[in-house]
Amino acid sequence: MKTVYLDNNATTRVAPEVVEAMMPFFSDFYGNPSSAHRFGGQVAGTLREARAHVAALLGAEPEEILFTSCGTESDNTAVLSALAVNPGKRHVVISRVEHPAIHTLGQHLAKQGYEVTEIPVDGQGRLDMDRYADSLRPGTAVVSLMWANNETGVIFPVEEAARMARDQGILFHTDAVQIAGKVPIRLKESTVDMLSISGHKLHAPKGVGVLYVRKGTPFSPYLIGGHQERNRRGGTENTPGVVALGRACELAAGSMERENTEVRRLRDKLETELTARVPNSKVNGRDSERLPNTSNISFEFVEGEAILLMMDEFGICASSGSACTSGSLQPSHVLRAMGVPFTMAHGSIRFSLSIYNAEEEIDFVIEKVPPIIERLRSLSPFWDPSAKSCESG
Amino acid sequence: MWEYTDKVKELFLDPKNAGVVESANAVGEVGSMACGDALKLTLRVNEEGKIEDARFQTFGCASAIASASALTEMLKGKSVEEAEKITNQEIADYLGGLPKEKMHCSVLGQEALEQALANYRGEPSKKEEEGEIVCECFGITDRQIERAVRENNLTTLEDVTNYTKAGGGCESCHDRIREILREIRAEQQSNVRPEMSNIQKIRRIEETLEKEVRPALKQDGGDIELVDVIGNRVLLSMRGTCAVCKASEQTMKNFVQGKLRELVWPDLEVEEVRS
Repeated sequence: MKTVYLDNNATTRVAPEVVEAMMPFFSDFYGNPSSAHRFGGQVAGTLREARAHVAALLGAEPEEILFTSCGTESDNTAVLSALAVNPGKRHVVISRVEHPAIHTLGQHLAKQGYEVTEIPVDGQGRLDMDRYADSLRPGTAVVSLMWANNETGVIFPVEEAARMARDQGILFHTDAVQIAGKVPIRLKESTVDMLSISGHKLHAPKGVGVLYVRKGTPFSPYLIGGHQERNRRGGTENTPGVVALGRACELAAGSMERENTEVRRLRDKLETELTARVPNSKVNGRDSERLPNTSNISFEFVEGEAILLMMDEFGICASSGSACTSGSLQPSHVLRAMGVPFTMAHGSIRFSLSIYNAEEEIDFVIEKVPPIIERLRSLSPFWDPSAKSCESG
Repeated sequence: MWEYTDKVKELFLDPKNAGVVESANAVGEVGSMACGDALKLTLRVNEEGKIEDARFQTFGCASAIASASALTEMLKGKSVEEAEKITNQEIADYLGGLPKEKMHCSVLGQEALEQALANYRGEPSKKEEEGEIVCECFGITDRQIERAVRENNLTTLEDVTNYTKAGGGCESCHDRIREILREIRAEQQSNVRPEMSNIQKIRRIEETLEKEVRPALKQDGGDIELVDVIGNRVLLSMRGTCAVCKASEQTMKNFVQGKLRELVWPDLEVEEVRS
């Protein structure tokens, strides 16, 4: 069975060019870049190049790039650093729809006595900018807002939010894990202080991430140890991972236009066709500015995990914001924050595309999904084909 | 991804007895769309009290669909007396087991059956009849929790959530659920064992610390050591980061004492000793 992979916001295929670039660093150039001998030292040069590629994708300087082990480490480092350098400030601002790397950290900080404000979003997933403006105050240590949402693809006006924080002398971090490589980022022209990205979301392997820290931003390390990353992150560099991420960023810069033309066209086709063929279905966040590759569709009266498993029978990979999928008992906090009714939230499916998807795959999904929904609805006690949609309720 | 048995997959992908029994004389409806799963069970019972036909409609995940289908298979041909003895565990067993987080699907089946049989006899449904709501998020009553605890020998809050969903939402009912667990444990202990010997108590405390407490503390780089047990006084000493943590007193009183009372003996008093 052929795999149709539409779960690229979960993780991506490592690009063949990336694999090729990283392989020599396992068994040929395996030296430690910190070593005094040339065998190790030669790796340092390659790391420098990789750092420059990452910086170029983000519109930043190489010395502002700090390699980490993943997006979560970058997120945690940024927020905890901001708190450490502002010991008198006990207030943190995040949004209600953050990725768990920030959202759960926020809950953890609240338990430790920090005040954490979660800015709400509207029904289209857009940040409430008035509430955001009101939340900022002298005691605020840091703001952390995701640039693009992993579940819906909705993009926040992060540059504007960063300016508002800067005006009040508040450090600003953004989780850019989903947006990097899909939409141009020019950090030099923004006032974002810190930004996280993750290798495996842009066709590099798992286990490598980046934290951008603007030059001059006060910083306190999270992993304490050796002098690596200019004393900002202890631990021997993941040299194959860093090389891979450098190559992936170089490729991403080249494929960004395709993301916004070809990938967007396929995404639009997928969601337009599915919502046209399946009654009582709708795209969450459709009216917002969104990533070109993400579509979050709710199918009313059916449950997401059941949809996923039936799609799995055809090799179609996606994810769901339903409760049953995650093992929690409530549907996605993102959809709940958007006020998506339960009847819709339980049946939500996230399709996330990449440049590796072909038109035939999208056509295949458009053909297979409607009968799956129909079949599950025929099992459902709530489905009445003549029923009016609850979506307006 | 959940690890489902082949039987669960089979009954999910090709469910038996989906639909509604025509001229049903026993109907049970439980759950709601807001809760994430719901089941409507329809049965036709003949004049000799035998279940002739059983069908289901389910809104829910794969294991909810498979559990409902399994239940209808189990019911066909059974007498009402035999049917009312079916437990949620038997539904799970029929499927070759369910992931523990999905046990509530089997409980949903059993509740629907109970309602259907009450409906057959013309009795009011049990859920409405008794109990007070403990979990507001999922509308679960104390009676439902007590029953699941007794029938499945549940001992922890996590078990209760896995089997009934209670406590899986806003979490504000967690204290009340722990209280129910303590009450049932205390009652069972007073029935079976009037007093626990000191040796048993120490063993159970060590066991609980190892399984329930240490893993949580170790996440934060801490540890705990049992120093002594005098009557119901449990003397403990914090180690690692916990030893210097200002919140350790709170951890002791709320978390450690809570666990020990829940799982060992309801009258235990925890004391921190510095060593």
